[in-house]
Order: sequence, then C-alpha cells, then structure tokens
Amino acid sequence: MRTMSGNIAILGYGLSAIGPGIGVGLIFAAYINGVARQPEARGMLQPIAFLGFALAEALAIFGLALAFVFR
Amino acid sequence: MSIVALAAESEFEAPGTSTFWQPLIGDGAFAITRASVVILLSVALISWLLLAGTKKMSVVPSRKQAATEVTYDIVRNSVARDIIGSRDFLKFLPMLFSMFVLILVNNLFGIIPPIQYPTMSRLGFPLVLALIVFVVFHVVGFKKHGFIGYWKSLVPSGLPAWIVPLIFFLELVTDLFTRPVTLALRLFGNMFAGHILLVLFITGGEYMLVNGGFGLKIAGAVSFVMAFVMTLFELLVEFLQAYIIVLLSALYIAGALADEH
Repeated sequence: MRTMSGNIAILGYGLSAIGPGIGVGLIFAAYINGVARQPEARGMLQPIAFLGFALAEALAIFGLALAFVFR
Repeated sequence: MSIVALAAESEFEAPGTSTFWQPLIGDGAFAITRASVVILLSVALISWLLLAGTKKMSVVPSRKQAATEVTYDIVRNSVARDIIGSRDFLKFLPMLFSMFVLILVNNLFGIIPPIQYPTMSRLGFPLVLALIVFVVFHVVGFKKHGFIGYWKSLVPSGLPAWIVPLIFFLELVTDLFTRPVTLALRLFGNMFAGHILLVLFITGGEYMLVNGGFGLKIAGAVSFVMAFVMTLFELLVEFLQAYIIVLLSALYIAGALADEH
C-alpha cells in the first residue's frame, strides 16, 4: 500500500480557483462580445473588464496565499 | 515504473516559500536580501532611463524619448485622466506614474536573466505600496468631504433607513480592509505564483533530465519547453499587474473624490 504525503491546503487552492476561473471567463466573454458589437467602445470597456478580472482573480489569489499560510 | 524508481533515489525538493527568502547580508528582520538589492537596482535603472529619456526633448522624439512618452501616456491618459477625471487627476499623476514604473520594472526583473527575481514576490514590498495608496485615498476623501462627511458618503443616498447600517458596515469593511489587502495580495500572489511555476518547471525539468529514465528525460525536455512558454505568459502577467494596480489605485482615489459614492 503506497501512501501519499503532502499538504491538503493545496487542494483548497484548487477549489478556490474554480470560481474565479469561471468568473474571469465570463468577464472576458462579455468584453469580447461588447467589443465585437461595438469596436469603438473598446476604450471604455477595457478598464471595466480588467477591473472585473482583477476583482474575480483576487479570490484565487487568497486561496493561493492561504494554501501557503496553512502548510 | 521510472517514477517509482525516481522516488527511491533522492528527494526532489519542490519550490516553496523558502525559495524566495534569500538573505545576502545578515539574517532576520533587518537582513539585506536579494529582493532589497533588486529594488535598489530598479530605482537606479528607472532614474537613469527617465533622465536619459527626457534629457534632450524635442518635438520629433528620439527613440528613448518616444518610449518614455508612451509609458507616461498610458498612465496619464488611459488611466489617470479617464478614471479620476480631468479636473483633479494631475495631483495624483506623480504617485501613479512612479508606482506603475516601479512595479513594472520590478516585475520584469522576474524574467530578465541575470536578475530573475520578482521583488514583489516578497509580501512586504506590495504591502508598502498598498499602504501608500490606502493612506492617499482616505486622506483625499477626508479633505474632500470632511471627517464625518467622508463616512457618510460611503452609503449611497436614497436608501431605506433600516438598510443603511448594513450597507455602511459592508462599505466600511471594503474600504478599510478588503481594498488594501487585495491590492497587496493580488500583486504578491501573481508574482509569487508565476515565479514558483517557473522555478518548478525548471528545477523539475533539470531533476528529471539528470535522474530520470528515458521516458522521464523526454518529460524533462517538455518541462523546459513549458518553462519557456510560461516565461512568455509571465511577461503578459507582469505588464497586466502593473497596469491593474495603477488602475485600481486610480479607481479608489476617484471613488473617494466622487460627490456621490
């Protein structure tokens, strides 16, 4: 019987990355849609898209930080 | 088969937080680490680049001047002016521009060969930058609305009275805790995770090439290719993070300055 060793907190990081992954996908899908429909709106949409991306991504970053905190 | 054999031979040490702790002189809280040397180097480099880029200014710019102008233009026009508004963005431009350039150069040092150490992967550095932004946008808010008025302006007007304390509490937590913490942790996490990935691909690839059987040697070569691809991806992330932190700082300042939250 082989045993696995490691840190289960890393699995927590994997779980915490699911939500932001979906979220970031949705945000950029909406951004691409918007630019495709109205190319001149790119300048206005870009900061909003990146802001949303940064906010959604923060959750995954928390997961990563905590994975290393609770090791 | 070969994986089992590999595990028995010698231990592969996966990169972790200890990879980033590299004191050069001394030890403990006041050690001079690799990160502090890199950030001093970056300040020297930025000063030299900006001075050289603005020395002989002309209407038809030289290449150095053009590069400086493009960088300045990104922060001035597409971040500061668009978000803070043309009335009072000039006051915050020095802070935003120096933050952008400092973070950008330090991030790029993460993949520039002789240095290869992203300063911001030590939490202390982004934390200080986030604290500066934290102090700035609150002080700006206090100056604009007054001490009581600023806290009042956190809650949008026209809400039913029973929901006001709840919203105020939420906005307070966002303002005092979530914003500075996410600002610091986002930059730290991106640089840390990206660098740890590169270290993993490179040291893991080397380990498989040296100690593995035939199959693992191929995997080691693939791992080096992945390290190359991830380096290009890192380049993108480094630009993006420098841009995002300035964008968010500008947004927070704009939020504190706004008449209605």
